[in-house]
Amino acid sequence: MNMSKTQGPFKGLTRRGLMAGSIAAFAATLMLSVPSWAEKPPTAEVNTTGLAVTDDTVTVGILHSVTGTMALSEEGSVQAEILAIEQINAMGGVLGRQIQYIQEDGASDWPTFADRARKLIRQDNVASVFGCWTSASRKAVLPIFERYNNMLYYPTFYEGLEQSPNVVYTGQEATQQILAGLDWVHREKGAETFYLLGSDYIWPRTSNKIARIHIEEHLGGRVLGEDYFPLGHTSFNSVINRIRLRKPDVVYAIIVGGSNVAFYRQLRAAGLDMTSEDFTLMTISVTEDEVLGIGGQNIEGAYSAMKYFQSLDNPNNEAFVKAFKERWGEDSVIGDVTQAAYLGPWLWKAAVEKAGSFDIDKVREATPGIELTTAPEGYVKVHDNHHLWSKLRIGKARRDGQFDVIYETEELMEPNPFPEGYQ
Amino acid sequence: MPFNTFKEYMSRQDVLAFAVLALLLLVVFPLSLDILRLNQVGKFLSFAFVAVGLVLCWGYGGILSLGQGVFYGLGGYAMAMYLKLEASSPENTSIQSTPGIPDFMDWNRITELPWFWVPFNSLTVALIAIVVVPAVFAYLIGFAMFKRRVSGVYFAIITQSIAAIMTILIIGQQGLTGGVNGITDLRTLKGWEINTDFASYVFYFVCVAMLFVCLFIAQFIRMSKVGKILIAMRGQEDRVRFSGYDIANFKIFVFCVGAAFAGIGGAMFTLQEGFMSPSFVGIVPSIEMVIFCAVGGRLSLPGAVYGALLVNIAKTTFGEAFPQLWLFAMGLIFIGVVLALPNGVAGVYNTFFARPVDALMARVLGRDKTRNTLTVPEQGVTS
Repeated sequence: MNMSKTQGPFKGLTRRGLMAGSIAAFAATLMLSVPSWAEKPPTAEVNTTGLAVTDDTVTVGILHSVTGTMALSEEGSVQAEILAIEQINAMGGVLGRQIQYIQEDGASDWPTFADRARKLIRQDNVASVFGCWTSASRKAVLPIFERYNNMLYYPTFYEGLEQSPNVVYTGQEATQQILAGLDWVHREKGAETFYLLGSDYIWPRTSNKIARIHIEEHLGGRVLGEDYFPLGHTSFNSVINRIRLRKPDVVYAIIVGGSNVAFYRQLRAAGLDMTSEDFTLMTISVTEDEVLGIGGQNIEGAYSAMKYFQSLDNPNNEAFVKAFKERWGEDSVIGDVTQAAYLGPWLWKAAVEKAGSFDIDKVREATPGIELTTAPEGYVKVHDNHHLWSKLRIGKARRDGQFDVIYETEELMEPNPFPEGYQ
Repeated sequence: MPFNTFKEYMSRQDVLAFAVLALLLLVVFPLSLDILRLNQVGKFLSFAFVAVGLVLCWGYGGILSLGQGVFYGLGGYAMAMYLKLEASSPENTSIQSTPGIPDFMDWNRITELPWFWVPFNSLTVALIAIVVVPAVFAYLIGFAMFKRRVSGVYFAIITQSIAAIMTILIIGQQGLTGGVNGITDLRTLKGWEINTDFASYVFYFVCVAMLFVCLFIAQFIRMSKVGKILIAMRGQEDRVRFSGYDIANFKIFVFCVGAAFAGIGGAMFTLQEGFMSPSFVGIVPSIEMVIFCAVGGRLSLPGAVYGALLVNIAKTTFGEAFPQLWLFAMGLIFIGVVLALPNGVAGVYNTFFARPVDALMARVLGRDKTRNTLTVPEQGVTS
């Protein structure tokens, strides 16, 4: 109360208030003049809302599935977030405080995600949470983050149609992943006809909706078919036959999880060879992580549209891959989402330092415009809508499970979770 | 009046057990737990409704249903549909292509509220549906199965497949049901915020009150003539049939009651968690619900409540302490319970504590001639 009173011009100005104010002003000037690692503002100043911040530590939450069907996908994100936190700590932490993390298991079960999110926010009073992977888990925790005002850093590329002040979306929304990729395949491969495939849930459906509108209205192409399969579906022979009959220039596949393995194997068994010039497949759902399960020989030659590939050639990425392998083993594979998860703690650190406070409201206000020049994917910047500006890259799958990056957009693409004309 | 005296309705042991449970839920928990934990206990109690229903169906009627999650889900979805419609007012959803319908419908290019959603604009209809929809669905299943004398393990398998079908249906029809995401972002009930601490307290006590209503109904059924017939049926179905009873009707009745209880439980979950998910409808959660009942003791009504509480508390505690190992710990506990305590927690009480407590009560209150908890036959429980 006292603090807020002295902030208004002359309102409730007392001698003590005046003194506190001038001391604070003096401290602020002092802070500006010393390098960031030496800053250590008092806890009462950087934490006015009762978060888990002490003079030496700040506690954050990590909320992913480490058991259940999603564990395989989410493991990389957990590893990346822990790596980022450890690196930040080694550099002196955030506002002079070492980051401690509490890890909770969402158990691939959306109500459990909600329960654990509530526990992290209400009981542990964490200063922010890095987590969630599926849209379903994000939807489950979203009202809790908004109700109790905390920040979630969400790493997965997703369908858009959402823009919460309490979430920072470090992955791409749908248009960022789709439009430039279709433009590329239209321009470079002369593709006119497309066949859209997807697993049957919100992300593939929304993505294909955007893809269809772009193909028909902007590229002047045609969609020869659009099919969806239940999650976990493993028999793709009938759709593969339809593809062979209709001969689309490009198969656009958004198949997720275990279904991928069956799909690509059956494609190859049916003689649709992606390494040849006659058959082109583009996907926005296969990263290095998925290739581990599919097998490099089964998907060789496919084009994947992502913002990050492990093979990306820049100094930031070199250092990141090296550090990741040192921490989690030589065999580690880093996919698009893992990199996006790695950005979470760094973006949070930058926002906290810009705000000079751990308070959620101040961090949220500081978030738009945050830039990272050290991101493995290159330069990133947070848009006013809490999504990242990012480039799109096309990778061609290699036999060894990595991708050759054969194209990247010149400019960063603006995130647009509610694309006009694409809904 | 089916009971001549109160003692015929509740023995002294029953009164004691209910009183201890009430003390625990209404006094001890609210005073000792913060609102976060109390809200968790409230959610665990929503599963106790299913377990109480299973005591009647399985413990007494011998009908093992591995599909109670379906009824829990139907109740939960009925509540969630009403709350979602309230949250989807045209003002709140003005950015959508079609304002005024739930957001997930808009994403799936649905432009009109589906017919079966329309009645859920009314709270009264929703509240009735919470009980009636599961009960009617149970009646249809029960009618189809029991009239053809499908029972035992076949019935269990069929209920299990219904649970699987229901999950596939809900996930597949995402434009109508919210799909795998479930129905999320529920905010108000008649304009009253449901995500506040105060609302959590209110819902907790509503949940406990409803649970006791169900417990008293279950106790009534258990001690009435129907309860006796159920026990007889469980032991020797043919003899009961030859005595002139229509077995199927009794089975359908008790199965419907179990389903209605489960529906109320689901609705209580939706209110306390603020969303409903298809992850409660499938096979795994349905089997978990049977485990709650087994751990508590399938012949004991208060035992079912303790079973649901114990298993869920263990799940949360282990889950928070050892994120990667908790499943193994849970597995060990279940194996341990099944091997060492065939009649669950209530069995332990009946074996070791019931007699001394009885003796103590006899000394304080005088002799009690109706000791029903002890006279329930333990043998002949199959399936």
